[in-house]
Amino acid sequence: MTSPAPETQAILAVHGLEVVYSDVILVLRGVSLDVPRGAIVALLGANGAGKTTLLRAITGLLRVHRGAITKGTVQFDGSSITGLDPAAVVRKGMSQVMEGRRVFAELTVDENLKAGGFTRRDKAELRDSYDRVMTLFPKLQDRHKQTAGYLSGGEQQMLAIGRALMQSPRLLLLDEPSLGLAPLIVEQIREIVVDINSQGTSVLLVEQNATMALSIADYGYVMENGRVVKDGPGQELLNDKDIQEFYLGVGEAGRKSFRDVKTYRRRKRWSA
Amino acid sequence: MTDFLQLSFAGLALGALYALVALGFVIIYKATGVINFAQGGLVLLGGYLTYNVHHTWGVPFYLSIPVAMILCGMVGAAVERVVLRRMVGQPVFAVIMVTIGLLFVIEQVVTGTWGFNRLNMGDPWGIKKFTVGDVQLSVVNLWTIMLAALVMAGFFLFFRYSRLGVAMRATAFDQEAAIANGISARRVFALSWAIAGAVATLAGVMLASGGSGLSPEIEFVALLAFPAIILGGLDSPAGAVLGGVIIGLTQTLTAGYQPRYADWLGNGFSSVMPYVVMIVILLIRPYGLFGTKEVRRV
Ligand SMILES: Nc1ncnc2c1ncn2[C@@H]1O[C@H](COP(=O)(O)OP(=O)(O)O)[C@@H](O)[C@H]1O
Ligand SMILES: [Mg+2]
Repeated sequence: MTSPAPETQAILAVHGLEVVYSDVILVLRGVSLDVPRGAIVALLGANGAGKTTLLRAITGLLRVHRGAITKGTVQFDGSSITGLDPAAVVRKGMSQVMEGRRVFAELTVDENLKAGGFTRRDKAELRDSYDRVMTLFPKLQDRHKQTAGYLSGGEQQMLAIGRALMQSPRLLLLDEPSLGLAPLIVEQIREIVVDINSQGTSVLLVEQNATMALSIADYGYVMENGRVVKDGPGQELLNDKDIQEFYLGVGEAGRKSFRDVKTYRRRKRWSA
Repeated sequence: MTDFLQLSFAGLALGALYALVALGFVIIYKATGVINFAQGGLVLLGGYLTYNVHHTWGVPFYLSIPVAMILCGMVGAAVERVVLRRMVGQPVFAVIMVTIGLLFVIEQVVTGTWGFNRLNMGDPWGIKKFTVGDVQLSVVNLWTIMLAALVMAGFFLFFRYSRLGVAMRATAFDQEAAIANGISARRVFALSWAIAGAVATLAGVMLASGGSGLSPEIEFVALLAFPAIILGGLDSPAGAVLGGVIIGLTQTLTAGYQPRYADWLGNGFSSVMPYVVMIVILLIRPYGLFGTKEVRRV
């Protein structure tokens, strides 16, 4: 292979991705993005920007939504995974936590984790992953026999993350893990993401909560209308005037309606 | 009292048969969302396959059952793969019509291959009876109840503890989330049809045993299993079992007592009674005894 040395090579490299739904609805218009090995990368953007679509395109879930990649490539660990089916992607070492948690509410916590480990057969390895999840989420340990549907929102998010960790991924994709959770829980989720990352898993973190995401991200991207409109190191984006206004609700615009600021600003700066 | 015990035992055996048919139906519905009207066809095919394995290939009877279960399971998986998979995302009505079409095809294949004549299953049970106290019970009914109980225990263990069983339940609950976690939905779909084919085979064998003989009519068991399915709740295996038992008992007890106490209801009322019970229960619980309106959280 002609790729650069493994240490410098990105674990995930998305290049010029175009995605359409139902053959006609163009949603991604040439998105490129890198997740360096070992990094946390944040992907920001308002509702409808195409963040979830990008994750679907990476993980092979587009087909479920009658979507398809029409242009571009996705490389994982130096080899192309463009258009691979989701199970194959998981086997290669990339896992995702879908938007809205999507735990198997009728199954117990343990059964959810068992389902998460479906792609792996080695009992000892599965046991290790299970123990790791339980150490990471003591709350799940207390409720491991409970039906997942009865867990709180925060616990369900932890279960969804734990379920993905059962696949022992080298790259974890998280789609708005803080959505709908109380600030205290969001803080916990934040720390968990840092923990997971420090244990050697690279992370692509999709968020609307930019403060949270950028505070732990090495690098960030901002999407609007199916394009990446801004990117830079986490700290830099955190201090960026536009970002502050659009996502943090501070700055000259004050606490104006989110939408107003956004459309005004978007026209003014990014879509010129 | 003797009458009652005898009738109840027969009713339980009949209920076990309905439960087997209903289980296959529920598994497919739960995993794939398909309402499979061809389930009676699988019962038919399973019965004839067993006959063929036993009589034509000369395999001992008890062994011919598991062999035929595997064969019919493979047919089920193949049907899913070749036909139903192409119907994913099509309107429910179209999918139902396809399964009805399948029923006719299976019927045609079976009668074309084995004819319309009543065949002797060759089971060792025949019309043998045994007595407990002064109650006379038929051997085939005892076997039916035991085998059905075994299958149900197997189901329970499989869905509770096995990797594939848990994956099937996960897929039934949220297909996309299951796929996202690396579970192959295709395998789950095929497997659910295979299981349905296997349990249908057992139902077919037991229906045709005990002196009744094997004929194309056995597929009609599915019509009577239907109230059991609706009664228990379309998506509940436990409901399928309970519904089956209720309907079986209802039918047998009606057949035993109605001519004596309510003769004016006419002949064959016992096959109508399950539907009456079904309607009454649905009026009280529209989603069946165990069925769920919308299981998904909050
Ligand atoms: N299955 C689908 N079919 C057609 N359009 C879709 C589908 N899913 C999402 N979209 C559209 O794609 C755009 C991006 O959606 P999404 O990727 O969910 O954005 P985000 O995750 O950033 O909120 C939206 O305009 C949405 O309406
Ligand atoms: Mg989204």
